[in-house]
Amino acid sequence: MLSRTALNLYWTGRYIERAEFTARLLEATIRLDSLSPRPAGVNAWSSALAVAAAEYGFEEAGEPLTPSNVARYLTLADENGSSIRSCLRNARTNARAVRTALSRDAWETINRAWTGVRDRASPGGTQATLNLIDLVKAETRGFEGALHRMLHNESSWFIRLGAAIERADNTARLLDVKYHLLLPDDAEVGGAVDRDQWTTILHTVSAVTAYRWLYREGLQPWLVAEMLILRSELPRSLAASMEEVVTVLTALGRRSGKQGEADRMARARLTKLKQCRIEPLFQRGLHEYLQDFLADVPALDYAIAHQFRFA
Amino acid sequence: MQSAIHEAENNKERMATPPAFDEIWGKSRGKEARPEFTLLADWINSTPPAELNRRQQAAETAFRQLGITFAVYGDDEAAERIIPFDIIPRIFSGREWSNLVAGLEQRVRAINAFLDDIYGERKILKDGIIPSELILRNPQFLPQMVGAKPPHGVYAHICGIDMVRTGPDEFFVLEDNARTPSGVSYMLENREAMLRLCPELFEIFDVAPVDSYPDLLHETMRSVAPRSSGKAPVCVVLTPGHFNSAFYEHSFLADNIGIELVEAADLEVIDDVVWMRTIDGPVRVDVIYRRIDDAFIDPLVFRPDSLLGVPGLISAYLAGNVALVNAPGTGIADDKAVYSYMPEIVRYYSGEDAKLPNVETYRCRERDALQYTLENLDKLVVKLVDGSGGYGMLVGPTATRTQIDDFRVRLIAEPQRYIAQPTLALSTVPTLTEKGIAPRHVDFRPFVLTGSDTVRCVPGGLTRVALTEGSLVVNSSQGGGTKDSFVLKEVKGSD
Repeated sequence: MLSRTALNLYWTGRYIERAEFTARLLEATIRLDSLSPRPAGVNAWSSALAVAAAEYGFEEAGEPLTPSNVARYLTLADENGSSIRSCLRNARTNARAVRTALSRDAWETINRAWTGVRDRASPGGTQATLNLIDLVKAETRGFEGALHRMLHNESSWFIRLGAAIERADNTARLLDVKYHLLLPDDAEVGGAVDRDQWTTILHTVSAVTAYRWLYREGLQPWLVAEMLILRSELPRSLAASMEEVVTVLTALGRRSGKQGEADRMARARLTKLKQCRIEPLFQRGLHEYLQDFLADVPALDYAIAHQFRFA
Repeated sequence: MQSAIHEAENNKERMATPPAFDEIWGKSRGKEARPEFTLLADWINSTPPAELNRRQQAAETAFRQLGITFAVYGDDEAAERIIPFDIIPRIFSGREWSNLVAGLEQRVRAINAFLDDIYGERKILKDGIIPSELILRNPQFLPQMVGAKPPHGVYAHICGIDMVRTGPDEFFVLEDNARTPSGVSYMLENREAMLRLCPELFEIFDVAPVDSYPDLLHETMRSVAPRSSGKAPVCVVLTPGHFNSAFYEHSFLADNIGIELVEAADLEVIDDVVWMRTIDGPVRVDVIYRRIDDAFIDPLVFRPDSLLGVPGLISAYLAGNVALVNAPGTGIADDKAVYSYMPEIVRYYSGEDAKLPNVETYRCRERDALQYTLENLDKLVVKLVDGSGGYGMLVGPTATRTQIDDFRVRLIAEPQRYIAQPTLALSTVPTLTEKGIAPRHVDFRPFVLTGSDTVRCVPGGLTRVALTEGSLVVNSSQGGGTKDSFVLKEVKGSD
């Protein structure tokens, strides 16, 4: 496979995943906002920007921090390279360049997702925004379905690799931002928590029910953190994402008979995750742990690019 | 605006010439089908127009979903459009086809012999068959390629010969496309659409299949691989990228042949050897079907500002380490001024008269021809010798007074840049229009493949149809559409 093809597929996977994550983040933020007493809702929106790593860009755009401005910035703003529309445009551009490496179904879902947001002027009111979110969620789910019906070869592996890297990054950032906001340094671990805030996290990674299945203790912040970091049963956890990275890299390596730095890094990270327990992790500092993880993602991304000669 | 409309109306009246030859109805104006086509006439008459419309729309929806689009340069609004598809096929009898093929093979062999000669010994110039300056001063002639022998001596591996028809046995070559002719994906996709939407037609007619084209193209490419390459030469399709108007075709062909579709950035030349960058490291490339024009193919040799090209590619080619399909420099063979000499060229290299005639052509570089052209501008088609895609062209009978005057000035200023041809009464084929089924003018582009020791032509091609009533311009960039082209298998003993 051409390196450029692999690169395009990898970014198709990343952008689709990012579009879906942003849609979920926005959905959970709208929910949180409507539950919060005014004007506390503003915090919900500023933290959404932080999770999407869009604080700086939004500030640059110079608009007042209002729910509708943030919603627009995260969904349709062309100046935001990670808005849902930008993600879908980039996913489609990447996919179109390697059209033949995709199945017809996979291409059609991307194309349809793009045409669904292409001509939107504004996200509209809350209900309209929720409809837009539903559309994006449905199309990206459709893409994932199509992906699993593609041949299990390099094409689908590189898409899955991009999606897994993106997922790990998003989940870690979500947890880091929320944790930081929710548990100030002097707060006691396991102390009183803002239920709504933690539920928001679960909504963003579609794990509200999953939590009930895995834990009987009711909503506890460290258990939420444990689930999102260590429980590989949860598809969006760091452990599950890293398992997927290792699986895909192994499949790619088996085909060529070669392994490289990316394999080594991903394995090392996965081993660390498997050996880790949540209590000591909290004692050493969740924020530090997540920061370390978040620094690893671009390093892994770089190793993948180097190993498969993307540059 | 008012006067322009008025003028157009007047032109329409002037166009009221005797009806063109219709490939189904002959000259009977829809009364009686030609004997071979009574079955098609019955099918047209018995299928309700609404049903034909439905099928046509189903085809176009499918094309759009597949992304069979093309871009029109200068048209931002419709960056990705589909070419209109017409559901009523155009049909060649087995006998018509075998005559055509014999003529096409003869012509393409002559084109390759001509290219080999003018980049080599130049015997045809020494013998005074063609004026030397017409070749040597022609911008399409690439002096860099003089003396360069392509692997296996083949220059124009893929030729798309544009043909028109004016009567039952009157076929003319309008243009030889010896650079990178496009449109073959439509031949294949249109057939797929017809098989799905009009299966009954394939019960009525014994239609020769076209789906072997990708395999034949692959065979052709492998046959011209440099002798230094291994048993399984690595072939690729080189595209300018997905913003190119014909990108769909490039990806379609690569996909159907089963080879990589590469862009310039995927290739690298090291010590005159071409490599492609893959996830497993560099892989040596032996044959490149390039869909990039000569001028852009290698910034070290041709346009230095080209970002589409591969630096060093020509050097690798000259070293004999890679085959380019088609070879650089073939543009000289489809130059419109050289075209007018094709009958002489065919005779010179084959020793026979050309089986396929040219359209009569006036070379405006010659004084008498220019005189005649200027006097008959309203009857002639005038073309730029280096123009394509229907741009820079005057169609006298449908042109406005202003357009004719404009061309007169240009002709007098630079006569050597133009040729003129009589307006042919191009054949028509019944076509589905908004007002029901009506005759529309068509042309035809078959694709001829030349390998190391074979010349072959898949039974079919691209039929383009001018969808505007009375129009003779079939180019997709100017409102043309396409049809499937059936070639019927020859019935034993019927001839």
